Amino acid sequence: MYKVKVYVTLRESVLDPQGTAVKGALHSLSYTEVQDVRIGKFMELVIEKSDRDIDKLVREMCEKLLANTVIEDYRYEIEEVVVQ
Amino acid sequence: MKFAVIVFPGSNCDVDMYHAIADELQEEVEYVWHDEENLDRFDAILLPGGFSYGDYLRSGAIARFSNVMKAVQKAADEGKPILGVCNGFQILLEAGLLPGAMRRNNSLKFICRPVSLKVENNETMFTSSYEQGEIITIPIAHGEGNYYCDEPTLKRLIENRQIVFRYYGENPNGSLSDIAGIVNEKGNVLGMMPHPERAVDVLLGSADGLKLFQSIVKYWRETHVITA
Repeated sequence: MYKVKVYVTLRESVLDPQGTAVKGALHSLSYTEVQDVRIGKFMELVIEKSDRDIDKLVREMCEKLLANTVIEDYRYEIEEVVVQ
Repeated sequence: MKFAVIVFPGSNCDVDMYHAIADELQEEVEYVWHDEENLDRFDAILLPGGFSYGDYLRSGAIARFSNVMKAVQKAADEGKPILGVCNGFQILLEAGLLPGAMRRNNSLKFICRPVSLKVENNETMFTSSYEQGEIITIPIAHGEGNYYCDEPTLKRLIENRQIVFRYYGENPNGSLSDIAGIVNEKGNVLGMMPHPERAVDVLLGSADGLKLFQSIVKYWRETHVITA
């Protein structure tokens, strides 16, 4: 079994209005050190082992559905877990 | 002429769309559930607004994988008029039938009010009943209508005159180049955030949307009805 963590964020070149609003709020709380805030999505997938390559599988899922690569970037971490 | 109004779980402008065609345009129209695999009996396909699949993940991201979208793709390839309004536009973008993507509105607010639009290209099958440069009033109702595409794509959209409607006077959502509606390169797939189906009766504020549907019928008659 694999536990896969997928992170999806707006591309650097795309303005993130939510992130900008949150940065403003942090500044008004006097955390003026904050340079940038990007808001994204976090998805946790539990995937059964099969004869298909796990890395290829996750990449395909990201490209096809989990991220819209026109405006979003994604990255993922794959962890192998032992079923009790 | 026969129109299809595609209904996804969470569509909520399907009834308005049906009303616009059946009562105002007085053409044949049928609701089509998202499971349907064949749209051959229709002459034009309408993807209405709403919140298909609750807008989960991204607006339109899940709807674009429904069975009916394969048939919509086929109809698009055959050159039939396809109109996606609001969520329908978002589905067309996710499906890759139109280029680009939608971001949250700049204000982060859901905006629901009439806006002014400029007809940027009246030489399409959707806009031939308008004057070039005509200013029309059509309502918008969306939280994610902030259109985005990369530089080369925008250049192509401008060069091919694919930008059909632009917001006029004020840009309500931050949309790139004030884009409110675009067509594909072939010109038979139109996506737009404003709701023409909500502007088909003066009694309800504006009838400026009616000409869009009339243009589709006009195009269809010109290409399909044999005159003696």
